[in-house]
Amino acid sequence: MKFGVVVFPGSNCDRDMQYAIEHDLKKEVIMLWHKDSDLSMFTTDDCIVLPGGFSYGDYLRCGAIARFSPMMKSVIEFANKGGKVLGVCNGFQILCESGLLPGVLLRNQNQQFICKNVYIKGQNEEALKIPIAHGEGRYYADDAVLNELETNGQVLFHYCTEEGALTEEGNPNGSTHHIAGIKNKSGNVFGMMPHPERATSAILQNEDGKKVFEMLGILN
Amino acid sequence: MTYNVQIKVMPLKDLLDPQGKAVLGGLKNLGLTQIADVRIGKHITLQIDAPSEDAARAIADEAAKKVLSNAVMEFYEIEFIN
Repeated sequence: MKFGVVVFPGSNCDRDMQYAIEHDLKKEVIMLWHKDSDLSMFTTDDCIVLPGGFSYGDYLRCGAIARFSPMMKSVIEFANKGGKVLGVCNGFQILCESGLLPGVLLRNQNQQFICKNVYIKGQNEEALKIPIAHGEGRYYADDAVLNELETNGQVLFHYCTEEGALTEEGNPNGSTHHIAGIKNKSGNVFGMMPHPERATSAILQNEDGKKVFEMLGILN
Repeated sequence: MTYNVQIKVMPLKDLLDPQGKAVLGGLKNLGLTQIADVRIGKHITLQIDAPSEDAARAIADEAAKKVLSNAVMEFYEIEFIN
């Protein structure tokens, strides 16, 4: 399998993502320019990644303009065919704006841009230390959508304390249900605010990000 | 005919608006303690070439619904100013 990493104007985690996948996960990466639209070199076993950053300057709403780019039209088609798509940070915001994932990312509850290590955990897993860096990461959806996400097991990661407790203390941005990442109903589109690509190498003294990529099931 | 249209985009009423909350704190510090709540949205103006006001409204509505607002977190109002 291989990865494609989309580069929007204002993306700034695209090279981090490329480096992490190539050097730490040992997978092939093809960089994809937002003005192109050709995804014919990918099969549904492959994964397209929307990296973090500030696409189109976060104008209007985070991710609202990027979703209309030619490459995103192709990514939406790719996802609807069953191809795997992962959005991290601004990529998650773009996936929500494009309708591939439900809900929206609102301004952090404390009004501040937060850049620090936090703890997240999947279903019955240990707490993983992964960095966040966002101003709009407070996941919000109405109660019906939240119940559906929880019932279907679509919540990939909850924010938690170092000990793995789902408390307000472990929730950095005020996300509803402490949600840090979700997937769509068919299980091929993934979005998360924390940055696993910033925690995949020993030299950074944190390799929990590798576990995140493994848990998503996109490495085969 | 050109129609000038303004679109008001506001956060949904039951959503926490942290920006408004921060501004409310500033206003209270200024001594304006009578202000009970602040909510902050966007004001967008459009110039629309359309044959009729109804046609212009339909265009503004599509723009507001599909791009300018996100119904998960915002609502919008359209007003003609000429």
